[in-house]
Amino acid sequence: MPEIYSKYPMVKYLRKEALPTALCPGCGGGTVLNAFANAIDQLKIDPRDIVVVSGIGCSAWIASPYFLADTLHTTHGRAIAFATGVKVGLPNKYVVVISGDGDLASIGGNHLLHAARRNVDITVILVNNFIYGMTGGQVAPTTPFGAITTTTPYRNIEHPLKIAETVAAAGASYVARWTTAHVYQLIESIKKALTTKGFSLVEVISQCPVQFGRRNKMKEPAEMLRWFLKNSIPINKAKNMSEEELEGKFVIGEFVNRRRPEFVEELNKLIRDVQSSLVR
Amino acid sequence: MIIRGDEPEQIELLRKLYKPGNYFMMGDEAVAYGAIFAGCRFYAGYPITPSSEIAETMARELPKVGGYYLQMEDEIASIAAMIGASWTGLKAMTATSGPGFSLMQENIGYAVMTETPIVIVDVQRSGPSTGQATKGAQGDFFQARWGTHGDHPIVAVSPVSVEDAFWETIRAFNIAERLRTPVVVLFDGILAHTREQIRIPDPEEVEIVYRKLPQNEEEAKLPFGDPHGDGVPPMPLFGHGYFTHVTGSTHKENGLRDVYTQEVHDRLVRRIHRKIEKNKHVYEKYEEYYTDDAEILVVSWGVSARPSLGAVLRARKEGIKVGLFVPKTVHPFPGDRIRELGRNVRAILVPEMNLGQMILEVQRFVNDDVLLKGINKIGGIPLTVEEILKEIRGVV
Ligand SMILES: Cc1ncc(C[n+]2csc(CCOP(=O)(O)OP(=O)(O)O)c2C)c(N)n1
Ligand code: SF4
Repeated sequence: MPEIYSKYPMVKYLRKEALPTALCPGCGGGTVLNAFANAIDQLKIDPRDIVVVSGIGCSAWIASPYFLADTLHTTHGRAIAFATGVKVGLPNKYVVVISGDGDLASIGGNHLLHAARRNVDITVILVNNFIYGMTGGQVAPTTPFGAITTTTPYRNIEHPLKIAETVAAAGASYVARWTTAHVYQLIESIKKALTTKGFSLVEVISQCPVQFGRRNKMKEPAEMLRWFLKNSIPINKAKNMSEEELEGKFVIGEFVNRRRPEFVEELNKLIRDVQSSLVR
Repeated sequence: MIIRGDEPEQIELLRKLYKPGNYFMMGDEAVAYGAIFAGCRFYAGYPITPSSEIAETMARELPKVGGYYLQMEDEIASIAAMIGASWTGLKAMTATSGPGFSLMQENIGYAVMTETPIVIVDVQRSGPSTGQATKGAQGDFFQARWGTHGDHPIVAVSPVSVEDAFWETIRAFNIAERLRTPVVVLFDGILAHTREQIRIPDPEEVEIVYRKLPQNEEEAKLPFGDPHGDGVPPMPLFGHGYFTHVTGSTHKENGLRDVYTQEVHDRLVRRIHRKIEKNKHVYEKYEEYYTDDAEILVVSWGVSARPSLGAVLRARKEGIKVGLFVPKTVHPFPGDRIRELGRNVRAILVPEMNLGQMILEVQRFVNDDVLLKGINKIGGIPLTVEEILKEIRGVV
């Protein structure tokens, strides 16, 4: 084992005693961890200034326990709510949530919307693999219409949630979507998300060959990556396309990048105002 | 490293903001002021009757002392945010009632497993479900004990008056900090909305406890170890470069998960239990009235302890040898003392605003030859002195 990771320059960011990872070979989770570590490295952020919070699921494990920082591995769906408390206590640290689409957008959908609305300064990296990977490949709110899963053995008759679009509408400061086939863009977006004051979401379309690909004619990880590349539409181009044309496509790029008053700053400002009015 | 609320200037600030002396306030407000005196500087909650005045008081008062009030999207988010805040060194509290308390249960288990000090006030209201939303009850005795899944210990305290609510809230924080564990305050809708005179003390009169922090790198590397043999690991706070890993899954002393080794799970869960069992002196508290020569014993808790005392005083005037036992910490239940008292009485009466909950705990510790009888009233109206007195006379 040691010879595998000793050649990998990002290993300094990993919790070695937790390796090797439990992710399946070919899982997109590795790419996400790699991109996150590279973003931290390029920004020269000291990992002592990062707290990573995650929920429950394969994607939740990407950074917790593997990333060497303070890490909080919480209950299913609640990572963003935990992270909000962490951010209030440590306003000068980078508070990052890395978790799955089931975790953050299904059971945790409410917290996702409200953190975006409040504009809490946390960075959310949402790994969208269209499936509940950890529990064995059941249908998720992101599963494509018509896809086969263990709980939609005939076909999925529900419509997937457009997470990035929804979170952008809810009020986030920064929202982007990429796939694991767009690694360099992904790293740039994670860097922007980390440096944006306010709520930021980077949605990563990621392959789960084991629970999703296998049942949908894409057994090999590379087949899934080719599927991503073939169906990705840059956001500018997508603006001129109809609903029907966009069906089954992945709109990629930056959805919003704006400044709004941030929650924890406003909270501290309010406290200062109240306290100074008491002195008078 | 500092636990917020610990700063020396806080004493002066509290003294200036809340001049020592007598105040007239409702139970919910007393809980809020108790929390502020205990050093609570983070509140996250979601409105629910009859607990809302705690949130309202915290929203108004916390900014004055540099504390944070967050109204979250639901109770699950509230307790989650508190746990996150606690790992940064803030003393955190939430308040809720029945349905909200039910929603919090999963994360109460998380706080037990990750040994996170937080205080959860459950202002008990009539149930099941939405029941009589605005009415008080004592129906959550076992929800506090067994609401979350798995084998877990819990500490729960229960105030008997408005002034007591102030002090019991402080005590709840001190227990939570000393034992690194969540503590439940089982309050009720009747005392919550009762107005009484309470004395706000000088802040110097209030003993405040702060969690144990690691003394060196060695201790910080074992956030779930037991370096002092008391079962309570020092808590390495986030943001200090310790690279602490916290998980609700079964973990080793260094925090890393190991959910496959039987022995690791056994060691962790048994220590968390031992931590509570071995530190009785930190939390055990009860009051006794006329128990020395009692032939009949009344055992009552929370709001029902008040009319119980009234009934005992009246019965004594009638020459009936009756005593009163009031557990102030209801979980873990003070069973040893009940066993001792049970040996000398022939009857035990247990008044409570439910259909018989704490009485089951009493039953575990007394012999069959003792007559055991519940005095139970539901529907949102507290028991009266006469109702309890009648039952005392009945067993004479
Ligand atoms: C309250 C609760 N409900 C259900 C589960 C079971 N569970 C564990 S992981 C998971 C789904 C994870 O899916 P996702 O977030 O998409 O992550 P993935 O494994 O696909 O990366 C579920 C439902 C749980 N742990 N807690
Ligand atoms: S089940 Fe899917 S998401 Fe989970 S580790 Fe395997 S490939 Fe990745």
